Amino acid sequence: MSIDFLPDKPIYQQLIDRILGDIMRGTLAAGEKLPSVREYAVEVGVNANTMQRVYKELEQMEITETRRGQGSFVTEDQKKILALRDEMKEQLVTTFLQSVAAFGFTTDEIVKCLQERGGEHD
Amino acid sequence: MIELEHIVKKYGSKRALQDVTLSIPRGKVIGLVGENGSGKSTLLKMMAGLLTPNSGAATFDGEPITRRIAAQIAYMSDTDDFYTYFTVQQLIDFYASQFDDFDVIKAKEIVQFLNVALGARIKSLSKGNRGRVKIAVTLAREADVYLLDEPFSGLDPMVRDDIAKGLIRFTDTERQTVIMSTHEIREVEPLLDDIIVMRGGVVIAHEAVDEIRDFYGMDATSWMVSLFKNQQVERELGK
Repeated sequence: MSIDFLPDKPIYQQLIDRILGDIMRGTLAAGEKLPSVREYAVEVGVNANTMQRVYKELEQMEITETRRGQGSFVTEDQKKILALRDEMKEQLVTTFLQSVAAFGFTTDEIVKCLQERGGEHD
Repeated sequence: MIELEHIVKKYGSKRALQDVTLSIPRGKVIGLVGENGSGKSTLLKMMAGLLTPNSGAATFDGEPITRRIAAQIAYMSDTDDFYTYFTVQQLIDFYASQFDDFDVIKAKEIVQFLNVALGARIKSLSKGNRGRVKIAVTLAREADVYLLDEPFSGLDPMVRDDIAKGLIRFTDTERQTVIMSTHEIREVEPLLDDIIVMRGGVVIAHEAVDEIRDFYGMDATSWMVSLFKNQQVERELGK
């Protein structure tokens, strides 16, 4: 089925995030083959040019690689996937802390709150 | 690839297109949007060589567009005017006899992809299935350009989704261009590279969808609404 996109962000970026999420969660394993550009475009209901751009950017990030005549594969290099995880984590925390500051909370207050929540989930 | 320069088209004293200048590159999927009567259908027919401009020039790869352009451009009208006594198979054979670039194998593949029976008579098909057959015989042509007038209009969500998927699956954006008029902008936006907005016979904007989201931080629908509002304000200030 076609997927819903957020209105304020380019569609290709949302698709990159979606695939990165799949890789970081392990839904797409290291070394696994991605669907062809067209198959994936049909699956999510976007233009093939958009999907081509998504694949190109993932390759530039070195998260996927294209093997001649075989298609695109998730990198087998675990270090790259771990680096991506760390980078995304930093990004998430930075964005979060900006909102924290904007609403006038102190970092200590928030850390305490997170620890309490963390306890609930353990 | 398609160049329109200062095109004016009148129906009697009414101007359907007023000084339209437009450049359509190869390999793009373009949505043509605007209110009813804004000139979308006229513009598509002009590019298909079905209408002659009163003034201005329309060219395809440098050659003037005439009726003969139909050999390179596939046009799908918004009307439902098939030979209803044909079966789907007979319709495919008929199209194959009319267009040199018609690929019978591809036609059957698309019909199959869209789950329509080849032996069914056109007149016995539901409106949705007639919509499916219409897009199938259009996309089965190996044309450089597909001009689609309201391919989604009046069809239920299932059929719209099928047609969208057929479009992605059976066109090659590396070498083919699709221009489709539509009112379903929100739904169609993920299929598009560019949007052309028309109002009162004039092209008021031509933008890349990614740019709209990147630059204005909104989707195509909100952008179009704001575009119309700004025009209104400018008009009122101009008075």
